[in-house]
Amino acid sequence: MNIPSNFKYTKTDEWFDPVTGAMGLSDYAQGQLSDIVFVEIVVGVGETVAPGKAIASVESVKAAAETYASASGKVVAVNEDLSGNPEILNNDPYGKGWMIKVESADASGLMDATAYAKYCEERAH
Amino acid sequence: MTYIPHSPNERDAMLAAIGVKSLGDLFNDIPAGHRFPKLDLPPALTEMEAAAELGGLSIGNDNVRTDLVSFLGAGAYNHYIPAAVDHILRRGEFYTAYTPYQPEISQGTLQAIFEYQSLICGLTGMEVSNASHYDGATAVAEAANMAYAQFRGKRNKVVISPTVHPQYRETMRTYVQGMGLELAGDDSKVNLDASPDALESLIDENTALVIVQYPDFFGRIYDFSRLIELAHGKGAMVCVAANPTALGLFKTPGEMGADIVVGEGQPLGIPLSFGGPYLGFFTTRKQYIHKLAGRLVGETVDNRGQRAFVLTLTAREQHIKRERAISNICSNQGLLALAAAVYLSLLGQTGLRQVAELCYHKAHYAAEKINQVKGYSICFDTPFFHEFSVCCPKPVAEINDHLLEHSFLGGYDLGLDYPSLKDHMLIAVTEMNTKDEIDALVDLLAKVNHD
Repeated sequence: MNIPSNFKYTKTDEWFDPVTGAMGLSDYAQGQLSDIVFVEIVVGVGETVAPGKAIASVESVKAAAETYASASGKVVAVNEDLSGNPEILNNDPYGKGWMIKVESADASGLMDATAYAKYCEERAH
Repeated sequence: MTYIPHSPNERDAMLAAIGVKSLGDLFNDIPAGHRFPKLDLPPALTEMEAAAELGGLSIGNDNVRTDLVSFLGAGAYNHYIPAAVDHILRRGEFYTAYTPYQPEISQGTLQAIFEYQSLICGLTGMEVSNASHYDGATAVAEAANMAYAQFRGKRNKVVISPTVHPQYRETMRTYVQGMGLELAGDDSKVNLDASPDALESLIDENTALVIVQYPDFFGRIYDFSRLIELAHGKGAMVCVAANPTALGLFKTPGEMGADIVVGEGQPLGIPLSFGGPYLGFFTTRKQYIHKLAGRLVGETVDNRGQRAFVLTLTAREQHIKRERAISNICSNQGLLALAAAVYLSLLGQTGLRQVAELCYHKAHYAAEKINQVKGYSICFDTPFFHEFSVCCPKPVAEINDHLLEHSFLGGYDLGLDYPSLKDHMLIAVTEMNTKDEIDALVDLLAKVNHD
């Protein structure tokens, strides 16, 4: 399972890139969901997000899940490519699968890659 | 697939596998005193006695097939149902089929629904249809749900024409309780002569959806193209509730630019049945498919590359998406959707058009003759399909009593729903009404005025 060492992670399987302010769904999450067929980003540029606020609605063949903000901040970009190509989330969750970018982000309380890897291992059965 | 019950040996093997001694032990969680409650039923009847009792009750019914000549419409219409419809419906594989969530054993049902969906898209001029809703009223309410979801709650006004069926509007009101939706236009006291464009003043940047009916409740036909353009200009969606028989003859709401087209499918091979079960059809554009409620059958290939059908985009439905689902409904009217598919397949485009033309011409013949009877006049100037409103010289209830004495079912009393239309009757004419019956109706109406 892919867990980039330079990103931060939430217990609800979102990642955050402190350098670019981008966030999205982790590789573990996309694997659990299986083939994603629908993504809808529910926040817009200019809105403020904080952990606990849903930023996207994701549907796969067998499940529906909300993606929550991994950090607080003002939304400066939204990935327009996802709605037409939801499979990007499965294929490239950390790259082209970015959902939104925030500025002045507060990323406290997030796990680093090692902690997240341990967390995922403990849940797996 | 035939029904294969368990044998006693199989039952014993299953009980042994789960470590239970007897079938009765599976009910141990229910307190002993509640396992066999006293039901206080009368003594059992034999089949003969039961048939006699039920037969006696049913004799009290008058129906349009054998007892009455009907000129009543108002949302449900007396059309001819070809014998093949019932013949196919009553096949055990269809009649007893349940929800096709297991595609491996449900290809027949799934394909039938897929064909239904395809036919309804062709009929309405739209891109995608779901597997159906309970009835036209529910479908209209679901359109409001869909529009509300589409705007993610940022627009909370729905504009609905007062000429949409009163029961559809009432169902909408029930449905949207607690949603914080403002309903505008739902006022039976407004000027009913106004064209649909009059709704324009109610449409604003907070409007999620505009709902109109085609033909409207009074049978009138309008081209909604301009209204739809106006609504789109304000960013609102438009839903047209359409009569499927009319769609065999007139411009489709899809061609007018509607975003959602719904309606009551009862005219398509489904009997009147004193109000139901009926069939709500729901269609929309492909871009809204993820906001579509209800079941959706898709075509795919199995792991051997063979064409197969399956319920698709199932994560939309409430048993998966739960409180975030667009609607709580994940059911459909499977058997009636099949009836509609059989009816449409049998008639085809040409046959349906023929039915529509017969309805149109007979209704216009009737309207012309009734207009000539002293005391009666046709209310509205607008072009109509197979229903028209008549101003009557006496209360509608009184006229209908007289008609019933001659086994004629008169039209709908519009005064019941519209205060300004007291003594106005909504008369429907279909291919089932012969010229003689229409002439007889005209004579009876004339007689009522002389009494």
